[in-house]
Amino acid sequence: MTPTYHEPTPAEIKTAKLYLPWGLTTQEYDLITTKLKRLPNYTETGLFAAMWSEHCSYKKSKPVLRRFWSQNERVLQGPGEGAGILDIGDNQAVVFKAESHNHPSAVEPYEGAATGVGGILRDIFSMGAQPIALLDSLRFGEINDAHTKYLINEIVAGIAGYGNAIGIPTVGGDTAFDDTYAGNPLVNVMAVGLLDQAAMKVGQAKGADNAIIYVGAKTGRDGIHGATFASAAFSDEAHVDRSAVQVGDPFTEKLVMDATIEIATKYPELVIGIQDMGAAGLVSSSAEMAAKAKMGVNLNLDLVPQRETNMTPYELMLSESQERMLLVIKKGAEQKIIAVFARYGLDAVVIGRVTADERYRLTFQAKTVADLDVQFLTHAPNYQLPSVKPTRLIQANPHQYQPVITDFKTTLLSLLAQPTIASKASLYQHFDSMVRTNTVVGPGSDAAVLRIRDTKKALAMTTDVNGRYLYLDPFNGAQMAVAEAARNIIAAGAEPIGITDCLNFGNPDKPEVYYELTQAGAGITAFAKAINTPVISGNVSLYNEYNDEAIYPTPMIGMVGLHTDVAHITTQSFKNAGDLIYLVGQTTDAFNGSEIQKLETGQITGALFGFDAQQEVTNQQGVLAAIRGGVVNSAHDLAEGGLAVALAEATFGTALGFTVNFNGTDAQLFSETQGRFIISVDPANQATFESYFSADLTQIGTVTATRQLVFNTKLSTTEIDQKTAYQTWKDALKWRLK
Amino acid sequence: MKAAVISFPGSNCDYDMYYALKNWQITPTIVPASVTDLTAYDVIFLPGGFSYGDYLRTGAIAQFSPIMQALQTANAAGKLIIGICNGFQILTEAGLLPGTLQTNQNPGFICTTTALHIVNSTSAFSSAYQKTDINLPIAHGEGNYYIDDEQLSQLKANNQIIFTYNDNPNGSVANIAGVTNVAGNVFGMMPHPERAVETILNNTDGQAFFTSIINFLNQKTEAVKA
Repeated sequence: MTPTYHEPTPAEIKTAKLYLPWGLTTQEYDLITTKLKRLPNYTETGLFAAMWSEHCSYKKSKPVLRRFWSQNERVLQGPGEGAGILDIGDNQAVVFKAESHNHPSAVEPYEGAATGVGGILRDIFSMGAQPIALLDSLRFGEINDAHTKYLINEIVAGIAGYGNAIGIPTVGGDTAFDDTYAGNPLVNVMAVGLLDQAAMKVGQAKGADNAIIYVGAKTGRDGIHGATFASAAFSDEAHVDRSAVQVGDPFTEKLVMDATIEIATKYPELVIGIQDMGAAGLVSSSAEMAAKAKMGVNLNLDLVPQRETNMTPYELMLSESQERMLLVIKKGAEQKIIAVFARYGLDAVVIGRVTADERYRLTFQAKTVADLDVQFLTHAPNYQLPSVKPTRLIQANPHQYQPVITDFKTTLLSLLAQPTIASKASLYQHFDSMVRTNTVVGPGSDAAVLRIRDTKKALAMTTDVNGRYLYLDPFNGAQMAVAEAARNIIAAGAEPIGITDCLNFGNPDKPEVYYELTQAGAGITAFAKAINTPVISGNVSLYNEYNDEAIYPTPMIGMVGLHTDVAHITTQSFKNAGDLIYLVGQTTDAFNGSEIQKLETGQITGALFGFDAQQEVTNQQGVLAAIRGGVVNSAHDLAEGGLAVALAEATFGTALGFTVNFNGTDAQLFSETQGRFIISVDPANQATFESYFSADLTQIGTVTATRQLVFNTKLSTTEIDQKTAYQTWKDALKWRLK
Repeated sequence: MKAAVISFPGSNCDYDMYYALKNWQITPTIVPASVTDLTAYDVIFLPGGFSYGDYLRTGAIAQFSPIMQALQTANAAGKLIIGICNGFQILTEAGLLPGTLQTNQNPGFICTTTALHIVNSTSAFSSAYQKTDINLPIAHGEGNYYIDDEQLSQLKANNQIIFTYNDNPNGSVANIAGVTNVAGNVFGMMPHPERAVETILNNTDGQAFFTSIINFLNQKTEAVKA
């Protein structure tokens, strides 16, 4: 097994420990040599390095992921495939997943974000589903330097550039700003697809002699794992430059998407498996498909479509060129499938066959260049990492911060201008949110809503997490992330049905970071179970650090909800003067980790306020029942900035105001106690509405035709001009980005 | 009545147009850009999207598609040809409509709903409107309509300007949002009427656009019969 081109020999790899820069440890390398009973060659070492990376193997996060609750009556496909799938009735299913592109976006923001969109869409249509929507969960530093503005503008442009061109609407998401993300922005993209259950596909290579077909863009040297380290030894300068950045091509991806969906729906019996070539490209897709089916593969690398000359087996297997898919097609049907792709002008080439022997065999220029046990290749040794509770959590001051409100109006306007609270329209206006003409509620409301054509059903979707809460309490902070996502779905009138996540954390080899990861995972599962929303897919992004400082633990929760009837679709805006305003939930002093603490002190400190899971569930169920009962005119979740901010937001975009009598302190109008909503109700429906709640419901005021925001508390009365509040909220981010 | 919706590789509003037309009891067919004969259709729509990726210049590659000859033939026969967004860009590139579409004055794609004024309310594309100002969605990065002064006076003199923006979102000359050719059978606009035909999507101001076209075609058919 000695290749003819110039590569280090197996002995040189061992002696010079060339595997170390690729991320393999000496222990892992020794395990490989022991198991193989020989030294792996250059290509094989590269295959192991890629397949045993955290990104592909989840070797460090697996103990956390395994504990996620991911099964209920709706789940057709849980974690482990391209995306998770839930039954939504009528032989239809919803498919969704989220993925992070944090590191590429920090280095090359436009292409990093763009290829993030492309990658998550491939995960959706590899299941045979038509993608219907995209959402983005973005985290940036506070906007006080040119670099942060550059990152924001380029990342938004990259998302727009890819999503708009491929024609999948970007309908929602969430964006927040904190110094913790200044050196390490987060770009998490969630995609949702709709599937006819008959066309459902998984990434499995079943059936010996079935064909392995490569489709889509040709393979180049872009994104090769470890290329920068290896190139100096055996390659020329030009390769290094091209390896650095993957470039997205939404036009090609649209063709690949349309053709893939066409074969999955037209020839379900001939298409055995589909998998996206994502991270670690050809090796990851082919090895995983074989391993899941307990089969093997023979691939002839000379047949791989290439756009550069003299590519080596190592480069071909590890390239992360975009817009490529791998298909397993029933033997004899190859030409039928190839013909479909040819009609779209796309390469589709049989590059190998499924084998029964569970071996991973690669040939190149008539020589075998890899021959490995598939199961061994795809099962990295798992790690149980040490976990230690961080000192800041042990020593946290249990007392809640007490805001000092000397000028209520100024405080409210300052909060409305905080980038995390202010309107994000100047960002999302760059995204086509309406293409495909299914978007009933677009960006800017609690959750986005898309109708399902030719049915009464609709889907609600949102992304949420407040990293500050997790920084103060990773378990309860994670429960709150799930709870807030569910409140957003319910405020839109839908029943939450499932979760995807992106676990964005620091270096897990630090026991404190690993503690945060395990606690957050446990918190997600705890509340996901409470509301029957299984975690059906997701991804893990570790090592999010800058100057050795980890980001706040930020497990992004992507949630999907089902409207059984489009008549239940509800938005956050007040509708009519004279409607009664209700507050659902109790308000306590919940200030540690809040926007007002950050505004007044510039810091996030103390022990996080509590989370009453039972109360949260009761309140959510009451609101959903009332909406389904047809007696709710608007519903809005309370989150950052508390009641005062939520009330103001409910008037934005309308010519209405309100008068509210709040039986609490001025400061409590900014408290962030969980489990709360504001609801507006026609006075004619008052009694019916109140019948959905047994407690924790307070009528706090009325919607008015005068554009004044009137707050009466135990301590003061304040009137704020609604237009001033609206303009402040609407323009704050736009001005900061100038 | 039969409508062709031309699907170029990269078109992404083809099905939106298809569904919008279906709501109007027209028989729409998605026709790939490789087709060379459009004689079977009464009206031809070029939908929005990013034809051939539009990496070079919007509509620049699409104008060389096989279907363009069939469009020229349809135009010579006086058929209605309607380009929305990318379709408008393609029609100007192909010389079927005057002017050209440039990058938005403030660069960047914009998706929002914008107010339009109906300048010519007697055209085949606007006659059914009962009001003078409407709201339609826009979604484009290159919708900045340019035409020189001399051609602009001709547009005005011939009543070729059908819609203008009330609050110009892209820098278009004379706030132009939608224009016809001199004969009045070819029309292009950046806003998306096909996104505004259903109550559930919160906007029905596109309905009268399609009603206008259908009324025009019906009158034409009756005139032929008479």
